[in-house]
Amino acid sequence: MAVLVLLSYEKGDKIRPISRSAIAAATQLDTEVHALLVGENLEILSQKASQLNGVQKLLVAEHSAYAHMPAEPVANLIASIAESYEFIIAPANAEGKDILPRLAGLLDVQPISDVVEIIDTSTFVRPIYAGSILATVASKDAKKLLSVRGTTFEAVAETGGSAVVEKIENLPLSEKQLSIFKELKLSQSDRPELEGARVVVSGGRGMQSAENFVLLEKIADQLEGAIGASRAAVDAGFVSNDFQVGQTGKIVAPELYIAVAISGAIQHLAGMKDSKIVVSINKDPEAPMFKVSDYGIVGDLFEILPQLEAALKAR
Amino acid sequence: MKILVPVKRVVDSNIKPLVKSDNSGVEVGGVKMSMNPFDETAVEEAVRLKEQKIVSEVVVISIGEAKSQDTLRTAMAMGADRGVLVTSEDALESLSVAKILQHFVTKEQPDIVLMGKQASDDDMNATGQILAAKLGWAQGTFVSKLELSEGKAQITREIDDGQEILELVLPAVITTDLRLNEPRFASLPNIMKAKKKPIETVALADLGIDTAVRLEVKSVAESSSVREGVIVSSVEELMDKLQNEAKVI
Repeated sequence: MAVLVLLSYEKGDKIRPISRSAIAAATQLDTEVHALLVGENLEILSQKASQLNGVQKLLVAEHSAYAHMPAEPVANLIASIAESYEFIIAPANAEGKDILPRLAGLLDVQPISDVVEIIDTSTFVRPIYAGSILATVASKDAKKLLSVRGTTFEAVAETGGSAVVEKIENLPLSEKQLSIFKELKLSQSDRPELEGARVVVSGGRGMQSAENFVLLEKIADQLEGAIGASRAAVDAGFVSNDFQVGQTGKIVAPELYIAVAISGAIQHLAGMKDSKIVVSINKDPEAPMFKVSDYGIVGDLFEILPQLEAALKAR
Repeated sequence: MKILVPVKRVVDSNIKPLVKSDNSGVEVGGVKMSMNPFDETAVEEAVRLKEQKIVSEVVVISIGEAKSQDTLRTAMAMGADRGVLVTSEDALESLSVAKILQHFVTKEQPDIVLMGKQASDDDMNATGQILAAKLGWAQGTFVSKLELSEGKAQITREIDDGQEILELVLPAVITTDLRLNEPRFASLPNIMKAKKKPIETVALADLGIDTAVRLEVKSVAESSSVREGVIVSSVEELMDKLQNEAKVI
């Protein structure tokens, strides 16, 4: 029996780092690792995926019905090949969280979401209560369906592997299409992807306006970092939702996380507490964020950020 | 059009949960309980659709101990029409909850099951998707905008690098992102009115649904995020710490 890993990728034929973390988790199960690539126009992606370190076989399911990874047909597809697998792993991102539980419904299995540690082949650790508690869970299902958190499994290398590539021929496509793709609205950004960035500079409600996020961008420019935000900042309309760090947004674990004017609600900490070094800039000395920071500065961000930018420039 | 909204009673999300001394679970006795915030969003959206006369009936359902009735009353004070309470003393996992919901979907025949994308306690984010699979329905997850027309729902989904717009064929299961709306506070008159709205109570044991535990919780432990932080007094000092102590820049 082997483990099957569903790959997630971006437009522009880039396999997401979280997919490589999912493979890293799969390799801990001491069994053959197969990766599954689903979509249309997969030529370049197949080539890249076949080189992922740790993958022995790459399965490719190519059809226009799989464009944009709709949960209904993709779950049906995986269910059709699930018999050969004891474990099925998906990245715990928007795609994995959409597809894997649907597959669980088809296979009558209780899925295990957001796994952060694999203890043995049936015992896993996952965060609950916005990450403030870690639960160790044991699965009694014959087949284990896991979504894995990218930040806790070090991604396998993009090269070094030489997987056998196999095209899935008998695609279980039904005539009835339950969901129809209309439009993709991608956020434009030249910055590194939030989840894989080495440095993240995040702003909260205290940034006061969307325009003021420029101050954070200047810091991020100096550190080649990504921009993040608290839910309050997203709700206030300062930045779009895909910048959100927290329980319901992205989970990040950069080397340096700079939280500016973020109070530190547990829902936000859920998304960044595993960062290596946390810096907090806040005018309120009582802000809970200081308790979870390595370094803090109490003061006005409008004074501190330009100073910090100048100091970084002068390095 | 009819909407079924499943709601869950959870430890209030503003409260820091405490681990039981034997690490067997989370202390819920004597702790403030509330409706899962993601479900509040779902109730709010269903009620708004009713106010726009797009939806004719909003039924709320909760599964859990008898006190889950309070959660149903809250939903009805927000504007839901009636409630279904499935009583069970055991903690149920998403697969079991989906099976119970499937039973009531078959009975109630809603056009849409509208529910939170995850519960703030177990953070599983799975019940809606499992239910959609069991029913063979379309699913729209992490929805931040919902527009209904005859037999169809146009949804905007929050995805990794932006948003995706899909058209779902109804009936469908739709799970809500917090961004969908701002839930209302129930007014006192509406809380009073909600007391008169009907709740049908069913014991889970009488339904004959297999809810055996598949994923056993072995232990839980606090995951501390507290750091021995220092407050620095200047940007120069911060730069020095980051360069020479933490060595991250």
